[in-house]
Amino acid sequence: MTGSSKAVNTEGASVLKVRVKFSKQGNMKFIGHLDVMRYFQKAIRRAGIDIAYTEGLSPHMIMSFASPLGVGLTSDAEYMDIELRTPISSKEAIDALNRVGVEGITVTGFYEIPEGKANKAMTLVAAADYTVRFRAGYEPEHLPHSAQEGKSLAGFGQWKDLASAVESFCAQKEIPVWKKTKKSEKEVDIRPMIYEMRYVPATGQSKAQTESDVAEEKKAANPEAVFLRLASGSAANLKPELVMDTMLGMYGIGTTPFTYEINRCELYADTAEKTNPGGDDLKADGNDTDRDGEKPRRLTPLSALGREIL
Amino acid sequence: MRKLALSDEILLSIEKPARYIGGEVNSVMKNKDEVAIRFAMCFPDVYEIGMSHLGIQILYDIFNRREDVWCERVYSPWVDLDKIMREKQIPLFALESQDPIREFDFLGITLQYEMCYTNVLQVLDLAGIPLLAKDRTEDCPLVIGGGPCAYNPEPLAAFFDLFYIGEGETVYDELFDLYKKCKKEGVTRREFLFRAAQVPGIYVPSLYEVTYQEDGTIASFIPIRPDIPAVIEKQVQMDMTDAPYPDAPIVPFIKVTQDRVVLEIQRGCIRGCRFCQAGMIYRPLRERSLDCLKAHADKMLASTGHEEISLSSLSSSDYSELPGIVNYLIDEYQDEKVNISLPSLRIDAFSLDVMSKVQDVRKSSLTFAPEAGSQRLRDVINKGLTEEVILQGADEAFHGGWNKVKLYFMLGLPTETEEDRKEIAHLAEKIAEKYYEIPKDQRGGKCQITVSTSFFVPKPFTPLQWAPMFEPGDYLGFAKTVNHEIKAMLNQKSIRYNWHHADVTLLEGAFARGDRRIDDVILEAYRLGALYDAWTEYWNYDRWLQAFETAGVDMDFYTMRERSLDEILPWDFIRIGVSKEFLKKEWQKAHEESVTPNCREKCSGCGAAAYRGGVCTARRS
Repeated sequence: MTGSSKAVNTEGASVLKVRVKFSKQGNMKFIGHLDVMRYFQKAIRRAGIDIAYTEGLSPHMIMSFASPLGVGLTSDAEYMDIELRTPISSKEAIDALNRVGVEGITVTGFYEIPEGKANKAMTLVAAADYTVRFRAGYEPEHLPHSAQEGKSLAGFGQWKDLASAVESFCAQKEIPVWKKTKKSEKEVDIRPMIYEMRYVPATGQSKAQTESDVAEEKKAANPEAVFLRLASGSAANLKPELVMDTMLGMYGIGTTPFTYEINRCELYADTAEKTNPGGDDLKADGNDTDRDGEKPRRLTPLSALGREIL
Repeated sequence: MRKLALSDEILLSIEKPARYIGGEVNSVMKNKDEVAIRFAMCFPDVYEIGMSHLGIQILYDIFNRREDVWCERVYSPWVDLDKIMREKQIPLFALESQDPIREFDFLGITLQYEMCYTNVLQVLDLAGIPLLAKDRTEDCPLVIGGGPCAYNPEPLAAFFDLFYIGEGETVYDELFDLYKKCKKEGVTRREFLFRAAQVPGIYVPSLYEVTYQEDGTIASFIPIRPDIPAVIEKQVQMDMTDAPYPDAPIVPFIKVTQDRVVLEIQRGCIRGCRFCQAGMIYRPLRERSLDCLKAHADKMLASTGHEEISLSSLSSSDYSELPGIVNYLIDEYQDEKVNISLPSLRIDAFSLDVMSKVQDVRKSSLTFAPEAGSQRLRDVINKGLTEEVILQGADEAFHGGWNKVKLYFMLGLPTETEEDRKEIAHLAEKIAEKYYEIPKDQRGGKCQITVSTSFFVPKPFTPLQWAPMFEPGDYLGFAKTVNHEIKAMLNQKSIRYNWHHADVTLLEGAFARGDRRIDDVILEAYRLGALYDAWTEYWNYDRWLQAFETAGVDMDFYTMRERSLDEILPWDFIRIGVSKEFLKKEWQKAHEESVTPNCREKCSGCGAAAYRGGVCTARRS
């Protein structure tokens, strides 16, 4: 136990803020976000982890998720923040949660995080990595191609292959898309929200895989993919489906809700402003630099903001 | 990763795909090649309802304790998936292995309420099992029914190979051993059924023949062979303390109706309300010991991680160690914020004290079930709850800070008059008056009294099993009387009134006391599209009326007739311990408005003492 960043919760007792990282794979993709929350509420009790509760007549566990994952998506990097009444080491906690867990949900990290509202995972999320594959039978050659060439936005012409499509798509300075909001529909340029996009060839594994992942390896038999690093969170949010749909749309290819198999690989905070307000020396690996007058970013995985509890 | 029976495309296009994927915490996986018997346990309703049922969890646990048996679960696919499975011809599968039900040795279906009967046919149909038992081939699973509705199995006789009458803890082992032996010997399905009929509590409908009189009543009900028992004995688990109980019940991913640990504190009831089937068929009352309950509660909370525990029984206040178990749970689990829910509790000083500890008084409501508005009618149904007790309980509760009261009544009871119905409104008014007697500065705003009425359905094995029912128009008239009278009360603004549909009551009545001629009606209604009849949005009375007409069955024969005491009733071949003589005496006493004491006050010689245990052999206070 480090015992450092101990905070005091509303009950007046000393608590430890903790970030839990877990993967959601296989059949668990059918479990919705709220049910994953329910799952962890019960798993934490089964594991005997002494979590902190809110005050009041109907107390509930202090638990918040970084970013809800849609039904149908898998993930290697889901995050939730909790508070502990009794400290426990990362190793013990991970073992205990996985021992009482189900196939498909695996806790991979348990980190102590600093106190403060600004450090909440939900507030921090700025970007997310995804790998997108075509579900078997839904590859572009099997999808309906529009007869009317003029219907495609940029008019990329005939579909050739995924690699060149990604290349042409990324080469654009602007990608205007009609985005539906609750009230209206408006044109938005999604290009600035795409931080990275590249083709992942059939034989290789996506570089974005930060954790070793059995499920990903199995998919190597059907591996052609697109890697995406997209804006995520409350400030700007871009869904991987929209990027893919837009790209395919430029070839006049229509998609269905089942076209893609999407895996979220990591969630990031933007630590640029906090650590380096001037943004001078930000050319670190994997981080974007100043482009078209944008604020520089320094993307740090949410797990890296905490430290292991010994 | 378990391979699922349904494709991603299907699962992502239906409501709540988690209903069909299994894999929940504490669900049991085995190797199908290492077991001798594969049992599919079915609750014929949607997952959230079926998963909330304690009986299935008990049997799932007992069966899976056997190394040679793998018990899995199956529920009714919801209407969205039902449609897809029919279109794409996907066979119904079990949640654990995702294998087709058609490959199983047994399909067990629990029958908890009459309105699930068309769902029974849906499950058979989607599984690819012929609906009629007589059409099933050697390789079909054996379809076995159980649960409270199996106490009159006749309306479903044609669809089941066997019924298990009584509590599941007792003879399944014997039945499984017999099945294994028969499989080894390679005997026919028919021969297995003959042998199974010798197992106590097992009823094989195809081995009995029914003849009818000219007036439609039963003339005879006899086994087709002399070695088949003419009477089926209900099965009872007498020792509740040592009875197996699931210490690791399944924890669903999605929120189900009963999203909590259920601790059955006792089985049976001492009260003897004359309308209540559970009060008769589960006799005698048998308690679990306090120590055993503590141990089960600890294990179940640890293995599930549920944040709530509910004490289950027909009348929790009659459990002799109630303060012991409640105080234990409060003391042990307060720190872990475990909620305690106490349904079916009588309102008195103890229960109010407990409830104020475990609930938010301002949000929770008190529940009384006087069942009838007047004392006269409460005496008819032997509901030993007096107006004085209700008003005193309400008064104490109001002083304790409660201001919400729920009242439950039945309409259409035998001997009921206009005056009895109006008394429902008067009782609600008296409760409201009690509230407003409290000085204004000491009470929290208005009180809310909710009156709900259902229509009485006479059930087999109750003293009111001979009673006639009423026409739908009559029932609505009864409800209007209550509504009108409530509106005439001084405090009517504090009283809300809800009542139920009348037509579903009549169908329930026809099924409850039906015989084998009802089978055709159910089959016909299913063919016409009836399904999920318990769900208001899918209920269609006209379809049922059409089914009765097509099948040539007169519904009134089952509902409107007062049966004579010497008539052979369709369920007479089942022995539940409580004798028909006792029920007749109680029917008589109902008409005399005479009350029968509860089992702890005095033994009334119902017949359940033959089981030599429970309250029958306990010392009386």
